[in-house]
Parts: sequence; structure tokens; C-alpha cells
Amino acid sequence: MKHLLSTADLSRDEAVLILDTAAQMAATQERAIKKLPTLRGRTVVNLFYEDSTRTRISFETAAKRLSADVINFSAKGSSVSKGESLKDTALTLQAMGADAVVIRHPASGAPHTLATSGWTQGAVLNAGDGTHQHPTQALLDAYTMRCHLVGDSGTAEVTGRDLAGLRVAIVGDVLHSRVARSNVDLLHTLGADVTLVAPPTLLPVGIGPWPCRVSYDLDAVIADERPDAIMMLRVQRERMSNAGGGFFPSAVEYTRRYGLDGRRMARLPDHAIVMHPGPMNRGLEISATAADSPRAVIVEQVANGVAVRMAALYLLLAQETPGSTLQEDAR
Amino acid sequence: MTTYLIRGGRPYGEEVADVLVRDGVIVALGPDAAAQVDGAVVVEAEGCVVLPGLVDLHTHLREPGREDAETIETGTRAAALGGFTAVHAMANTSPVADTAGVVEQVWRIGRDSGWVDVHPVGAVSVGLAGEHLAELGAMADSAAHVRVFSDDGKCVHDPVLMRRALEYVKAFDGVIAQHSQDPRLTEGSQMHEGEVSAQLGLAGWPSVAEEAIIARDVLLADHVGSRLHVCHLSTAGSVEIIRWAKARGIDVTAEATPHHLGLTDDLVRGYDPVFKVNPPLRTAADVEAVRAGVADGTIDIVATDHAPHTVEDKDCEWAAAAFGMTGLETALPVVQLTLVDPGRLSWRDVARTMSEAPARIGRVTDQGRPVAVGEPANLLVWDPRGTRVVDAAAQATMSTNSPFRGRELPGHTVATFLRGRPTVLDGRLVLAPTSHLQEEES
Ligand SMILES: [Zn+2]
Repeated sequence: MKHLLSTADLSRDEAVLILDTAAQMAATQERAIKKLPTLRGRTVVNLFYEDSTRTRISFETAAKRLSADVINFSAKGSSVSKGESLKDTALTLQAMGADAVVIRHPASGAPHTLATSGWTQGAVLNAGDGTHQHPTQALLDAYTMRCHLVGDSGTAEVTGRDLAGLRVAIVGDVLHSRVARSNVDLLHTLGADVTLVAPPTLLPVGIGPWPCRVSYDLDAVIADERPDAIMMLRVQRERMSNAGGGFFPSAVEYTRRYGLDGRRMARLPDHAIVMHPGPMNRGLEISATAADSPRAVIVEQVANGVAVRMAALYLLLAQETPGSTLQEDAR
Repeated sequence: MTTYLIRGGRPYGEEVADVLVRDGVIVALGPDAAAQVDGAVVVEAEGCVVLPGLVDLHTHLREPGREDAETIETGTRAAALGGFTAVHAMANTSPVADTAGVVEQVWRIGRDSGWVDVHPVGAVSVGLAGEHLAELGAMADSAAHVRVFSDDGKCVHDPVLMRRALEYVKAFDGVIAQHSQDPRLTEGSQMHEGEVSAQLGLAGWPSVAEEAIIARDVLLADHVGSRLHVCHLSTAGSVEIIRWAKARGIDVTAEATPHHLGLTDDLVRGYDPVFKVNPPLRTAADVEAVRAGVADGTIDIVATDHAPHTVEDKDCEWAAAAFGMTGLETALPVVQLTLVDPGRLSWRDVARTMSEAPARIGRVTDQGRPVAVGEPANLLVWDPRGTRVVDAAAQATMSTNSPFRGRELPGHTVATFLRGRPTVLDGRLVLAPTSHLQEEES
């Protein structure tokens, strides 16, 4: 694995390896001294063209716990908005010796362009590009599902296991969601059955070949498919006021038809978990009752994000270093 | 003036017939021509096809305003190498070609460059803003003699403005060349809306945004009894609408580009902005429908939509990149590859779709003429044998945004004649055409 650009590029074994490695990373994080020497002397650049404090901090924490040097480069708000600057910035980072570039960009495909243009020699990690992909989010979601839903509800050994047979409902603004795209690809690769639930306006034209089912009816999906996990996607309020009258008539109508409240949650199977990639719009796609319930694993998702990103950085960078293995470093 | 004998070639790819060119006209054909070899410069054309010089109805020469991407000089050199003897220069320059002054300037620079005839296209609306009619009559009456009007790059989307434009140009037998794109359905659009855009997370440009405008425009043209030309149609549905309109007797002509004949939206998967174009590359089914439309005559012409862009405008992430592809130097190779070699077009059909029909639509009377005695010697000698790898950096166009770069394409230009003077010989530009021009005028 040279880059991590899209979950569609991952084989089942690669995906399971990342999850297993993340589990090892998580184990080290329960110790008093959390820092591992694995990436000492390596430089990781967080190149963020969009505000996302939570994702940036997660990557920063992951890199620092592996002892990498971290440079945060925020391009948002500067005069940088035209394409050439991505090239120039990448050339600058290359000159500074970046071993990995973690990139968040509003343009779909920007990480792909960065990885294939020759502008940088380092590994490229996609931290979210436009409405395309957000692979580490999907990996942390899969990791969280495996913890809770595989191997007798998390009590048995899950190393090497995938998500075969799990039923996952992903609900909300699929059209604009990189999280949904990454999850559909990854969960399918890991053997789960995915159902996307959204108003038709928030599903892309051309969704036909996606390896999942599609429904417009959340209640029917809860009743008929009995999902093991339900993932509520963030719905941006401005989608209501877009050109053409918006993608749905009102927040109230959206919530009524597609929101997860206590009443709907109660109809989920007892073991089902509630997920959200954050940040939440409480009262829109998810009610406080659902978000704060014991079956919500939303805070855990955040914690797992660090372990998964440590695993991704480790697998992309440390394996190039001869003699360095996770087992040795973690000893 | 030098006499040229084009020897051993096949006019329209049919029977071998030598062609003798003198004083700007074809003076003899066949054995008659061969008999006058003495004193003539011989252009060996054995195995080659002899066609009327190609006429492009849709070229962006970028001058004035974006001389960093292309100039009239470099663009017309590219045209000559591509086998063209006339191009129509689109109006979306800076300043916009919406006055007699600007179209005359473009026409003059084109004439002084001397590689091909440059026919400026006039803007339909002032500043391409889609609000007020530009002075179409003044442009028609100018030295540039404008007959094709287009806001290309933008759609004349206001139905009332479109109606008025269609009506108004009847006074001087003009035509409105529409860039059919509903602006509201394509806000922020990046590529064809379909399976690939869904996967790539790029905002979609739906086929209906093109088809709805074409449907409206053919009905408007019918209503006011005027001439409509549909630029670069790209979808199967658009072909159907044109077929329907022609069956009803509506005076509409349609064009397809080589890239819509040869490339699909699958190419966008690598996010290489060289494949970013407007209208976008469509699906394989659309490509097949467009090919069928050209083959059965529903689509009248192939035009390049040659749209050069600087490296800065293409060497970036997809969303930041400009729309457009170069095309003058690859147009005929792509047509040969996609239509001639598979047997769907004859060379006579190529003459019709790339020379005669575009000249007729543009009301250019001295181009797109038959290869016959007494006709102006605007000629292309084309060798259809062999293939070449497209090297964008080696092309005459200033820009390198060829979507065919690195690909092997068939055929090449051996010679191009503009009114009896070679602009290209042995596949290379004949330098200093300006001196030819002066000679011609003296
Ligand atoms: Zn156009």
C-alpha cells in the first residue's frame, strides 16, 4: 500500500490488516505512556484545505503517538484557492522532506491528483476529498462495528475477522457524503450488507452499480432489514435553501421521515448500535435521546479514529523502515 | 504563381486522378493534369486521399485576450497541419467578439497570418451576458462578413432572447449556433452525471440539460422559420431530438466533436483534467449514438471545439481546471479511427461532414467546394496509412491539453493547399505564408 486514497482500492485482506493493526495500536493506547518510537524522524504533513479541527487533531495525535514530526499546513482562508497552489504547496512539502501528506480538500480527486502527479514522493492519505472519499472514517466505522458486533459482541478474539453478514443502514445525505461512499465500498469488501436510506433527492443519479441496497423508507428498513448498525449522516441545513428549492422541504419534514429519534431507535434490534461520523446536527438527523443513549457509539468512534489513523500511518510508512515492526516497537 | 501537380492521389478516396493546381484554382484533373507535369512542383500522393480543405465551424483561437493559451497565428498553424483551410473563430474572447470592431480585428489578423481563412463568429448577446442582442447586423455587414453567431461557452438560455436572435439573423441569412446547456441544471457541474460521477463524487452535468435546450430551440426555430445550428451535441437523446426535428422539416443542423466520437466518461476516473470538457464526455452508449448520428447524416458536421488552455489551467485538481481540449491536429485522425476505418463513413462523407456542410452552414462560398476543374484549390492531401503517437508538445497549437496525447492515431496530413498555395507540404508547415499573401495581392 503506497497511498490510502479510497476504500475501493482496498482488498479484504488489506482492510482486515488495517483493522488488526488498529487493534494493536489501541492496545498500546491503554498504557500510561502512549507514545511509540515507530515513526521517529519521519515527517507527516497535515495539509488541510477545509476546516476540520476534529479530523486534523485525530491525525495529528496519531502521528505524534508514533513519534513522527508533524507539520500542520492549513490552506483554508489563505489566498490559496486555485489549483496551481496545490501543486506549489506539494512541491514545497516535497522539498521539506514530507514522508506522508495527509490531505483534506474540497475538490473530489485532489488527493488522487496529488498522489499521481509526481508533485510529491511521499505517501498520500486522503483525509476527505469533496464528495468522494474519506477512507479513514470508514475504517474507524468498520473497526467500531467489529468491536461491538463481531465475535460474540466483542468478547471473543476478532483478529483476522471481517464483517461478514452484518446488516448496516446508512441514512441521510448520501449525495454529498464522502463518508457514505467510503463506507459502501469498505463494508461491502468486508462482507457486510449495506442499505442506503435517503430521500431520492439526496441519492446520486448513477447509484445503480453500488454494492448496496437503496431505500427511501427508514421505517421499512428498520422493520424489515433489522440492521445491526445504523449510521446517521450529517445533513447540512443549507441543503434546504439550495437553488431549485432545496433538496427537501423543511428540517421538520426531514426529521420526521429520516431522523433517528427515541421512537425509531426503540424499534431497532436490541444489540444494534447507533453511529454518526460527526459533527452532529442534534434535532435534525439525530435526536438527543438517540445520540446520548447507551447504544450510541459516537464518542467511541472518535477514540477509534486515532488508533485507525495510527495503523494507516504505520502501514504506509513504518514498513519502509528496515527492521522496524510494530511488535518490536510496541514491546 | 507556382503550379502544383498532386500526383497519384484519390479524390474522395475513389478513382486515382492527378490534380493540377495553378493560380489558386484546380485547372486540370486526371490524365489532363498528368500531361502538364512540366514546370509543375510534384506532390507525390500515391495511396493518399485528396479532399476539399477542411472547414471547422467551431474553433477557439483565444486571441484577443488569452494569447498565453493560443494566438490566431499558432491556432491557424495547427489548423493547417490538421488539414483545414478555414476555421470559425468563436466569440468568447476578451474583449468578446460582439462588435464589428473586434470581429474585423480577428478577421484581419487571420488574413495576415495566412494559414487558413479565419471567419469570426459573432456573439449573440453583448458580452455573452445573455441579456441584450449584440449588434448582429453590424458584424454581418463588417469586413468580417459574419454569418455565424454564438455565445458559445454559454447558452443563450433566455427563450425570448433566443427567439429574437433566431428571427433577427434571417435578415442576412445568419445562423445561431447554440451551446445547449441549461445553466440551472448544470450549476457547479464537473462531468457527465451518471455512474462514474456518482462514484467519483463529482457534480453531474445531466444529459437532460443539453436535450431540453435542443428540444426548445428546434421548436423555436420552427416557429420563427429560422436556421438553428446545434453545437457539439453529446448525448443519445440529443441525436434523437435532431432526427425528429429534421423529420419534421425544421431547418436545423448539428455538430459533433471528435472527442465525443472517441472518448467516454470512464476516462475521468483518473481525475486528469485533460478530460474535462464542456459538454462533458458521456457514456459509451452516447458515443455510439453520436457515431450513428454522423454516419446516417442526422449530425451534419464534425467540428473540433478546439479549446486550448495553459498548463496552469490544466495542471491542477479537477474542480479548479478549465473546461476544454485541443482538437485541430487530431480531428481527422479521430474521425478516420472511429468512422472511416470501421466503414461507417466514406471519404466522400468526410468531405461532406468536415468541409462542404460546415462551409454551407457558415455561408462560406469559396470553401467546401468540389474537387473539380475551375474550383478554388483549397485541398487536403491525406495519407490514411500508418499510425502516429500524439505528442502534444510537438503540436503547433500553443497548448498541450490534447486528450489524445500518448495515443496512437491513424493517418496524417501530407499537404494542405489554401487557394493554390501550400500551407503544409510533406507534413510540415510551409513557412512565411505572409510573403505568399503579398505575392497574391500584388
Ligand atoms: Zn460550447
